[in-house]
Amino acid sequence: MIHAENLTKYYHDLCAVDQIQFDIQKGEIVGLLGPNGAGKTTTLRMLTGYLRPSSGNIQVKGYNIEENPLEIKKLMGYLPESAPLYHDMLVYDYLNYVADIRGLDEGRKDKRIHTLADLCGISRVMHQPIGECSKGYKQRVGLAHAMMADPEILILDEPTSGLDPNQIVEIRDIIKRIGEEKTVILSTHILSEVEATCNRVIIIHQGKIVADGGMETLKQSAGGEYLIHLSLKNAEMSAVETELKSIEGVIRLERVDVNGGHLSVKLVCRSTRDIREDIYVKMKNTDWLLLELYQETQSLENIFRELTKEN
Amino acid sequence: MRQVTHIFKKEFKSYFLSPIAYIVISIFLLVIGWFFFTPFFLYDQASLRQFFILLPIIFSFIIPAVTMRLFSEELNVGSYETLLTLPVTFTDIILGKFLASVLFVAAMLVPTLTYPATVSLLGELDWGPVLGGYIGAVLLAASFSAVGLFASSLTRNQIIAFITGMVICFGLTLIDKMLFFVPRSILGVVGYLGADFHFQNISKGVIDSRDILYFLSVTFIGLYGAHLAMQRKK
Repeated sequence: MIHAENLTKYYHDLCAVDQIQFDIQKGEIVGLLGPNGAGKTTTLRMLTGYLRPSSGNIQVKGYNIEENPLEIKKLMGYLPESAPLYHDMLVYDYLNYVADIRGLDEGRKDKRIHTLADLCGISRVMHQPIGECSKGYKQRVGLAHAMMADPEILILDEPTSGLDPNQIVEIRDIIKRIGEEKTVILSTHILSEVEATCNRVIIIHQGKIVADGGMETLKQSAGGEYLIHLSLKNAEMSAVETELKSIEGVIRLERVDVNGGHLSVKLVCRSTRDIREDIYVKMKNTDWLLLELYQETQSLENIFRELTKEN
Repeated sequence: MRQVTHIFKKEFKSYFLSPIAYIVISIFLLVIGWFFFTPFFLYDQASLRQFFILLPIIFSFIIPAVTMRLFSEELNVGSYETLLTLPVTFTDIILGKFLASVLFVAAMLVPTLTYPATVSLLGELDWGPVLGGYIGAVLLAASFSAVGLFASSLTRNQIIAFITGMVICFGLTLIDKMLFFVPRSILGVVGYLGADFHFQNISKGVIDSRDILYFLSVTFIGLYGAHLAMQRKK
């Protein structure tokens, strides 16, 4: 569906995006992750044809962006960061204008606008100037604008910024629903958003792709470690250390907290072996009381921090 | 062409959504009405000569005020990005905005049609120069709109866009008044560059292809400049 090859963008001397390559298939929901200034927005802007790459090539459904920008723009719906729209236009007038430009015919237009108004929850503000809407409503109007012509590819730059928690859940549901048939690319720096909506993650750091893959493969590839948290009563740190360190697969043991006779420790383990049984067997022979035991797989947050550390 | 119409309609409508339109029209009618009618009875002639002499100077600061927001506002708010990712070309955008500006100026001229009507009641009015004058006014409006559009495409600051546009328009209007300072060898060329010189020809009722060509050229250069400025921003 989308094929990007050696995409590079320079702003004067500053290299914002450096030799990026990826292929996106139909029906994927791709999350573009990265710290501030990593090149997420620049990448999206190049995909939509707003910016011309300094070098490299983009093909969408076989169309080249240099030769057929109009055809590509017809396939895409784009919501720029913070939804910049005309402030003095009414929401309805604006959607009407977008529908005209997108070539919806008169009969279909009104129906489509109403469907989108319901979907995005903006029926209440249809007759307000966009500039007077709250940030969340602006964002929704932007989303309606992007989905106007029922595009095959939806590109969203930080779609949930400025929304309240309820709205975020709603928007994520909408994105997921669209993603069943369409291709969605969204950028964000909210990690839980990617975990909740995307089936593929591309992490960008300093203009380069540092990770690309499904959530599971990403978690496995990063480090190959997992954590076990233990909370014990009636136990001495030294004894715990000698007992548990002898279990095969434990790399490290760290004390987290001692508090009123409770001892909390963290075990860093190799992901090749599940050691929870061994812990139980060991503990049966002691008089420690187990208050808590839980396992934590590598979270996206850890992977993200690992990959985007400043060096 | 369909896209041009949509953009034109949107731009034309949004002129009347903000107070700028009403302010600009009021200032235009006040200024030109005052300066035209104050000496009118002293001349004791039933002609609109004075009106058309004033027009280029007044257009030089009114039209940049009309065009200043066309691109600058979009660049400032960021809606430029949403606009460019819709299926429209640069040419669609420029022509749509340009037509909106020209038609807005034409709408501004409509109330002044009462001047020839009034004058014709007072005396024998020669309608030829009046017709020529209005045709010239629309051509002049097109040229200055293109210049103003170009100025607006350069910056996200509307005030800078206004001043840049005004400086160029005033330059074009006044250049043939400054021929005194120009060496004799390039006198003809510089004189030919003056917008006022060509406009006064038409407003005498003489419609010469050279004058029309001049206005069309200025229009084209302005619009092409805006196109280049858009290209550069990519």
